[in-house]
Amino acid sequence: MTVQDTSTLGDVAALQQARSGESTKPTFGAARRLPVQKDWPTWALVLAQVGILVAAIGGWEVGARTGFIDAFFWSQPSAIFRTLTIFFTTGDAWTDIGFTFRSTIFGFLLGTTLGSLIGLSFWWSRNYAAIVQPYIICFESIPKLALAPLVILVFGIGLSSKVAIAMALTIVVSTLTTYAGVKALDPDGEKLFYSLGATRTQVFRKLVVPFCLPWIISVLRVNIGLALTGAIVGEFIASQHGLGRAILYAGQTYDIALVWVAVLVLSTLAVVMYATVSWLEGMLRKGVRQ
Amino acid sequence: MTFPTPSGGFAALAPITLSIPQGRFVSLIGPSGCGKSTIFNIIAGLLEPTSGRVLIDGVDATGTIGRVGYMLQKDLLLPWRTVLDNVVLGMEIQSVPMRVARERALPLLHRYGLSGFEYLHPSSLSGGMRQRAALLRTLLFDTDVILLDEPFGALDAQTKLQMQEWLMQLWSDFGKTVLFVTHDVEEAIYLSDEVHVMGTRPGRIIASIPVHLARPRLRLSALAPEFLTIKERCLELLDVNLAPSAPVNAAA
Repeated sequence: MTVQDTSTLGDVAALQQARSGESTKPTFGAARRLPVQKDWPTWALVLAQVGILVAAIGGWEVGARTGFIDAFFWSQPSAIFRTLTIFFTTGDAWTDIGFTFRSTIFGFLLGTTLGSLIGLSFWWSRNYAAIVQPYIICFESIPKLALAPLVILVFGIGLSSKVAIAMALTIVVSTLTTYAGVKALDPDGEKLFYSLGATRTQVFRKLVVPFCLPWIISVLRVNIGLALTGAIVGEFIASQHGLGRAILYAGQTYDIALVWVAVLVLSTLAVVMYATVSWLEGMLRKGVRQ
Repeated sequence: MTFPTPSGGFAALAPITLSIPQGRFVSLIGPSGCGKSTIFNIIAGLLEPTSGRVLIDGVDATGTIGRVGYMLQKDLLLPWRTVLDNVVLGMEIQSVPMRVARERALPLLHRYGLSGFEYLHPSSLSGGMRQRAALLRTLLFDTDVILLDEPFGALDAQTKLQMQEWLMQLWSDFGKTVLFVTHDVEEAIYLSDEVHVMGTRPGRIIASIPVHLARPRLRLSALAPEFLTIKERCLELLDVNLAPSAPVNAAA
């Protein structure tokens, strides 16, 4: 770098002083390079992940045994493991899992289907959409879980009340998302169909529904989570079965190990359902080619 | 085909009478907002004219849909359907069984430059190919009259020339009556039997210029004196309407 500025002759000394003091001036000796992050091999990443888990559980166990952690409030891994075995061998693990699973799935299916149908129905009449929309928005802004005690009163403490809460949580999301799809429909597409002499039903079946499918599909993953939340809250309030009831019961009887076991099983159930729906979503997406 | 179509109220269109002999290729050119698309929408039955009628073969077709093939500016191919299934859409809507419709469409796809693309989805097609598919969809919707609203407007110059040749071939093969909207004066003259120049506020036809160049036309005919005379005339007409404030600009 030997280019020098000779155009300014005034105050050369000050200028040179400023330049000599300039330590960040790039030279070839201290060339900066693009920061590169080296990727670890997969086994190292997995090892680190497993290591953290082992350390956490091990630390917890040791802490509980040495008295650093109060085992009464926090329980300890060995006790949780014992409770887990009991829960699955002599307890009603499968009844509870089945109950929560069923209410989640029914609520999910009902809410998503009805919501999508309501959203699609808005295409048929702008007037109807304009009239109904404020109610939908209202229903969306209500914290629906706050209505859960009422739902239990109406539907009883059986499966149907949990399904109803799960449905209430999912239906609005599906309705609004599907309606967003309906609104995104290109009017020229409808024009094309009508210019070909199509009936309203044909436009609906051959244009509106396929066009909105990606929107409908996109909420599946959100909805499965919401449905599970609804089912659990329903079980918290009043139920004879379900993982939510197991957690509540264990908490009330200070059986902290059982709380952890139920949460663990619940998380596994959630992950399995989430993964299944994600997979389903991928398949459907491929099916509709968008 | 005759349709006097004055559309009042906001007076988007002044009273217009346009009659197009069967099997002719007729173009409408004019500045934006001169009501070209309004005329098309009225002919296609998508807009009810304030007054006036659309007659096709002497039959009143005002406000009835499905009488003419209409290709809008956008290709509007359905992304979830294959090219073949997009092309048969018109027949499908007219309740032709899918199998029959596909059988009728396949040879045409092969003949008109879409072979190998039949089972692909539109997203993997180039702009020109998409327009071909859209045009074939319009043609396969078996009507005597087709309306083309700037079908090549979004294509690059090279593709546009190819598509014009392609359209000429289609037109001579099918013998349809074509009403063509474009901004491109040269394209209008090259393709048409008659060019209608439109003006704005309100939309009206200010001149109808017959083009007597022999067919099939060669690219070189764009250099023929007659072609140039027509082009000059069109540009003049468009200029007058485009820039009523031209003298002011010149003075400034």
